[in-house]
Amino acid sequence: MVLKAFFPTCCASADSGLLVGRWVPEQSSAVVLAVVHFPFIPIQVKELLAQVQQASQVGVTVLGTWCHRRQEPEESLGHFLEGLGAIFSHKPWFQLCRERGSKSWSCKATHWQGPTSHAASGEDQVMLIFYDQRKVLLSQLHPPAVLPDRQAGDTTASAGGLAAVFDTVARSEALFQSDRFDEGPVRLSHWQSEGVEASILVELAKWAAGPVCLLLACLLSLVSAASACRVFKLWPLSFIWSKLSTCEQLRHRLEQLTLIFSTRKAKNPAQLMRKANMLVSVLLDVALGLMLLSWLHRKDLIGQLADALIPVADHVAEELQHLLQWLMGAPAGLKMNRALDQVLGRFFLYHIHLWISYIHLMSPFIERILWHVGLSACLGLTVALSILSDIIALLTFHIYCFYVYGARLYCLKIHGLSSLWRLFRGKKWNVLRQRVDSCSYDLDQLFIGTLLFTILVFLLPTTALYYLVFTLLRLLVVTVQGLIHLLVDLINSLPLYSLGLRLCRPYRLAAGVKFRVLEHETGRPLRLLMQINPLPYSRVVHTYRLPTCGCHPKHSWGSLCRKLFFGELIYPWRQRGDKQD
Amino acid sequence: MFFPSVHLTTEQRLFSTLPRVDLLNSRAICGGPLGNLTACVWLSLQNSMILSAAIFITLLGLLGYLHFVKIDHETLLIIDSLGIQMTSSYASGKESTTFIEMGEVKDVVINEAIYMQKVIYYLCILLKDPVEPHGISQVVPLFQSAKPRLDCLIEVYRSCQDILAHQKATSTSP
Repeated sequence: MVLKAFFPTCCASADSGLLVGRWVPEQSSAVVLAVVHFPFIPIQVKELLAQVQQASQVGVTVLGTWCHRRQEPEESLGHFLEGLGAIFSHKPWFQLCRERGSKSWSCKATHWQGPTSHAASGEDQVMLIFYDQRKVLLSQLHPPAVLPDRQAGDTTASAGGLAAVFDTVARSEALFQSDRFDEGPVRLSHWQSEGVEASILVELAKWAAGPVCLLLACLLSLVSAASACRVFKLWPLSFIWSKLSTCEQLRHRLEQLTLIFSTRKAKNPAQLMRKANMLVSVLLDVALGLMLLSWLHRKDLIGQLADALIPVADHVAEELQHLLQWLMGAPAGLKMNRALDQVLGRFFLYHIHLWISYIHLMSPFIERILWHVGLSACLGLTVALSILSDIIALLTFHIYCFYVYGARLYCLKIHGLSSLWRLFRGKKWNVLRQRVDSCSYDLDQLFIGTLLFTILVFLLPTTALYYLVFTLLRLLVVTVQGLIHLLVDLINSLPLYSLGLRLCRPYRLAAGVKFRVLEHETGRPLRLLMQINPLPYSRVVHTYRLPTCGCHPKHSWGSLCRKLFFGELIYPWRQRGDKQD
Repeated sequence: MFFPSVHLTTEQRLFSTLPRVDLLNSRAICGGPLGNLTACVWLSLQNSMILSAAIFITLLGLLGYLHFVKIDHETLLIIDSLGIQMTSSYASGKESTTFIEMGEVKDVVINEAIYMQKVIYYLCILLKDPVEPHGISQVVPLFQSAKPRLDCLIEVYRSCQDILAHQKATSTSP
C-alpha cells in the first residue's frame, strides 16, 4: 500500500524535528504543515496542537519525525527519534530523512504495534509530493469543491483528495502564527519562515478603508434617496428616464458603487472578487473618461463640434429631401402612383422642414449644452458613450418618426390586403375559432371588396418602397447605437481585476494541479512536485463576468424578418423597463 | 520493487515535404501582353509599407499558429493512487495540462470509430458518474493530435490496465 506524504518545499531545508500536520485516512495521505524544532517539551507541543485544533477545526497532530542530517548518521539522534514515536503515538508513524547537501531522501512509514513487538510492525511505501505552501494557501480551486460541514477532528471528506489538501492548508492559518524566530516555547518552520512581503501602503489602505467606506456609503445612500423621490415618478419624467440610456447607465453605476462601499464584509471569495472587479471597472472607466475629457479640451474639440453640428444636421436634412424628391419621381425606374406619391412625399418634406426649424431654434444653446455634456465624461467613459448614443437618437428622431409612419401605413395595407384576399376567394377569418372559414358574401359585399382589393394592390409598390427606404435608414441608426451599447457593455462587464490576477499571480485562480516527476533513484521513494494549474483566460472571464443591464435584442433573425415583412414595429431595446438580472 | 508510475511518450512523425521554391525571373514575364498588369503589381509591392505590413501579419500569424495550434508532443503520466495527467506541449513551449484524480477514473479503454471509409482507434478515459454508480459521466479522448496507431495504443493500454488493476486491488484491501 502506497502512502502519500504532502511535504512543503519550504521545510525541505529546515533542521531536524517533528512533523506536524493532518492525516487523511480516506486518501491514505498525510499533509505536513510545519516542522517543530528541537528542543521542545512534548506537553507544550500537545498544548499548541490542541489550541490550533480548536481554532481552525482541522485535526492537526504529530505525524512523525524529520531528520536533516549530515553525512555521518548520528546514532543518538536516531534512537531519540525512534523513542519519540512512543510519546506521540500516531498510526502510521512517518520517518522522513534527508542527507544535507544531497538530493537523496528516504522515508519510512511504520505501524507502531507496541514497544515489545518490533518485528510485527509493518512498513509501507511512501510517495513524497512537494507543494508550495504559500501558493496552495492563497489559491482557490475552481469549481469550488463543496466540503461537508466539519467538526473538530477528522471528518469523512468525500471530496477529491486534492481539494482536501487545499482545504487543510487554507484552514490552518492559526498554526502559521508562530515562527522559528519567535521566542515562544515551541519553534515551528513553515512558509512564513521564508519571509512575508508586506507593504506599508497596503496596511495604511486597509486601516483607512473602514472610515472611508462609511463616509462614501452615507453619500451614496443620500444620492439614491434623492433619485428615488416622488418627483421623478411623475409621468413625463419617468417616461423620459426610462428611454434614455444615460440614466440606465448612471443607475447601474450607482448600484455598483453602493455594493462596493457597503460596510458588510464579503461572505465568500466569489463576492470579494466581484467587489474588486467592480471597483477596478469603475476606476478604469473614470480614468478613460478623464483622458477623453483632457483630449477634448486640449484640441478645443467641443467648440469645433458645436460649430459643426448645425451644418451636419442641415446636411442630413438636405440629403433626406433629395431622397424624397427621388422617391417622388421615378425611383430606380419604378413607376409609382402619382397622387399617393405626392401626398406622402409632401407630408414627409413638411416634417423635415419643421425639424430643421427646431434645430435652428436650438442652435445658440448647442455649445453650452455640449460643454456640460463633455463635463459629464469625468463620471466615466461609459456615461459619455451613453450620452453620445442618446444624442444620436435625438438627432435622428425624424428618421424614427418616418419609419413609424411608413411602417404603420404598410402594416395597415398588408392587413387590409390579406383580409380582402380572403374575401376574394370567398373565405373569412373566424375570430371565435381562430381559423379561416368559408363564407358566402352578398354580391355588393363582393363587389366593393374586390374594388378595394384592386386599389390596395396597385398602391402597394408605392407604400412598400417608402417603407423599405425608411426601414433601412432606421436600421442603420439602430446598428450605430447597438455598436455603442456593445462597447459600453464590454467596459461594464469585463472582470479586469480577475484578469490581472490571472496574469500576475496565476496561482490564485487554480483550475487544478499538475505533477512533475523529480529525479528518481532506485531504492529511494518516488518524489513528485505538485504545481498549481492556473485557470485559462476564457474561463476566468466566464466565471467572473459582471452582470450588465441585459439590454440585448431578444428576437432571432427569423422573427426579425417576419416582423419586417408584416410591418410590425421593431423595438430593439424594449427590455429596458424590465431588468432581468 | 514496484514502480508505481509509467510514462510513455509517443513521438509524432512528420511527413512533410519542403515546398519547392521557383524563383520567377521578373524580366521573363515583363515582355508580352501581361506586361502592364505585372508592372502594376510589382509597383504596388514596391510600396514598402504594404510589404512590411504583410510580412508583419504573416509573422504574427505564424507565431500564433505555433503557440496555439501546433502541438509538438503529448505526454500521459499515470501515478498509482493519485491520478492520470495529460500534457500537450506546443511548438512555442507552452504546455497545457489536465489532471484527473484516480477516484474519478472508471476505466481506460480503446474505442473504435467509423470515420468516412475507415475505422480509427483512439484511447480514452471513462469517468465515473457521481449520481449513478455504474454510469459514465464523460469520455475523455487521449492523444488527439498525435493519433498513434493501434499497435502503439495497445502497449499504452496494457500498461494503463496494469496500473489500474494494481490500484483497484490495493484500494479494496484495508
